[in-house]
Amino acid sequence: MSTGSIRIKGLSHSYGATAVLKDIHLDVSPGEFVAIVGPSGSGKSTLLSLLSGYLKPTSGVLERTGTTRTVHQADGLYPWLTVEGNLALGLPKLDASARQRAVTDMVGRIGLAGFEKAFPHALSGGMRQRVEIGRALCGGTDVLMLDEPFSALDYLTRLKMRSELCRLLEDQPRTVILVTHDIEEATQLADRVLVLSERPASIVYELKIDVPRPRDVTAPGVVDATKAVLKAMGYKP
Amino acid sequence: MAQCPELCRIVLHFLALDTKNIRNSINSWLYPSLTFGTLLLLWWLASSRGYLSEQFFPTPGAFVTGFREEVASGSLLRDTLASLSRVAAGYALSVVVGVPLGMILGTVLGARLALLPLLNFLRSLSPLAWIPFAIFWIGIGHGAVIFLIVIAALPTIALSTMAAVAGIPKVYFRVAQDYDLTGVHRLTRVIFPAILPQLVTTLRVAMGLCWLVMVAGEMLAGNTGLGYLIHDANNGLRLDLIVVGMVVIGLLGMLCDRLLMFLTRLPGIRWGYDR
Repeated sequence: MSTGSIRIKGLSHSYGATAVLKDIHLDVSPGEFVAIVGPSGSGKSTLLSLLSGYLKPTSGVLERTGTTRTVHQADGLYPWLTVEGNLALGLPKLDASARQRAVTDMVGRIGLAGFEKAFPHALSGGMRQRVEIGRALCGGTDVLMLDEPFSALDYLTRLKMRSELCRLLEDQPRTVILVTHDIEEATQLADRVLVLSERPASIVYELKIDVPRPRDVTAPGVVDATKAVLKAMGYKP
Repeated sequence: MAQCPELCRIVLHFLALDTKNIRNSINSWLYPSLTFGTLLLLWWLASSRGYLSEQFFPTPGAFVTGFREEVASGSLLRDTLASLSRVAAGYALSVVVGVPLGMILGTVLGARLALLPLLNFLRSLSPLAWIPFAIFWIGIGHGAVIFLIVIAALPTIALSTMAAVAGIPKVYFRVAQDYDLTGVHRLTRVIFPAILPQLVTTLRVAMGLCWLVMVAGEMLAGNTGLGYLIHDANNGLRLDLIVVGMVVIGLLGMLCDRLLMFLTRLPGIRWGYDR
C-alpha cells in the first residue's frame, strides 16, 4: 500500500491579477483514488501542477508525503528513448541486471512485451499512455498524478485503458489524483470525486463512490454517481 | 501448412520493404545525376554551338584540361587540403563553443539577456567586414580564414541552438523534475537529446556558411586554398581554373552535407525526422 498522502489548507493561486484557485481544502489519504472534475478552464490542471510541485501556490498550505509522478495528457514520453529507456527513467539507482529485470517486469505488466526497443513515435496513443503509466509506477512511486491521461484516445481505447489502470493499481496500489473533464471516467475509477466551480475555482461538491473496482461503466452505482456529479456541475438534460 | 500464408506474408513484406529501399536508393542517385547531366549537356551544347563565348565562360574541354593541369601539378590537392583543414578547424571551434553557449542561452535568462543582443549584432554583420582586422591581428593565412569562419558560424550555431532549447516542450522539463533529472543530468539527458534533430539541421546550415566564408576569406586573407585558387585564376584570367575551384568547392560542400545527413539515421536523432 502506498504511503503517499496530500494535505491542502486554504490554497489559492493566481496568474498575475487572474485568480485561478481560491481557498481549496483537501485531504487525500494513502491509497485513495481521488478524481477532480470541473468546467473547462476552471483550473483543474493548475491544481494538478501545484500538487505535482511544478508550481508554487500563491497562498495556503500544501503538504505532500512520498514521491510524486505525473502521467501527462500526451507526449510525456521522451521520444529519443525506447520503451525500455523511458521505463528505466522511473527506476531508482540499481545495478544493470536488476534494472533490466525491473524493466522487463514492467514491460510485461503493461502488456508491451516485444515492444521494448520501440521508440514512442512507433507506438499507438494507447500504447504510449501505457508506457507513461508504467514509467510513473516504476520504482515505488507513492502518489500518481494523472493529468487527463486518456483524453487523446478514442472511446473504446479509453475504456480499455481504464481497466488496465485498475489492474495495474490492484497489483501496485498507489495514492492517485486524476484530473479529467470526463465525468464518466472519474466515477468509474475514483473513490471520491471532487467538483470544482468556475474560476476562481473552489471545491463545490464532493461524492464518495463505494463501489468496488473494476467497475462497469453501466453499473447502477457508477451511473448514479455520474448523474449526481453532472447535476452538481449544473447540467440539465 | 497453416503457417505458409503467414510466411508468405512476411516474405512479401520484406520484399516490399527491399523494393522500396532499392527504389529510394536508385532515386537518390538518379534524380541528381539527371539534373547534373542536363546541366553538363546544356553547357556542352552552348559552348559547341557558340552561344557561350569562351571569353565569358570556359568550355567543358578547357575545364577538363585545367583540372588535369591542377591535379598534375599537385596544387589542387594542396589547395583542397588547406581549405578542408580551415573549414574543419573553424567549424569544430564554432560547434564546440556555439552549441554549449546556445544551450546556456536557452536555459539561463541572465546569459540570454546579456549576450543575445551581441550575438544578433555579430550575426547581422557580414563576416567579410572583419577581413581587415583578421589580417591586421593574425596576418594573411590559415589563422585569419579560421577566424572569419568562426565569426560567421558561431553566432548562427549559438542562436539556433538557443532557439531549439526554447522550443523544447514544457512537459519534458516536468518529467525531468519528476524523475530527479536536475543540473548536469537535465542538460545531458533531457535538453541535449531533445534538441539533437534540430541541431543537425543547424549544423548543416552552419557547414554551408563555413564554405561560403572560407572562399571569401581565402580570396582576401589567404595565400593557399580553393578560394585563393579562384582569386589567383581571376588575376591570371584563367576562367577554366575558376570553374575548377568552384566545382571542387561545390562537391566538397555537398559531401560534407551528406556526411552530416547520415547523423539523421542515428536512433537518438531519427525520431525528430520520423514523426
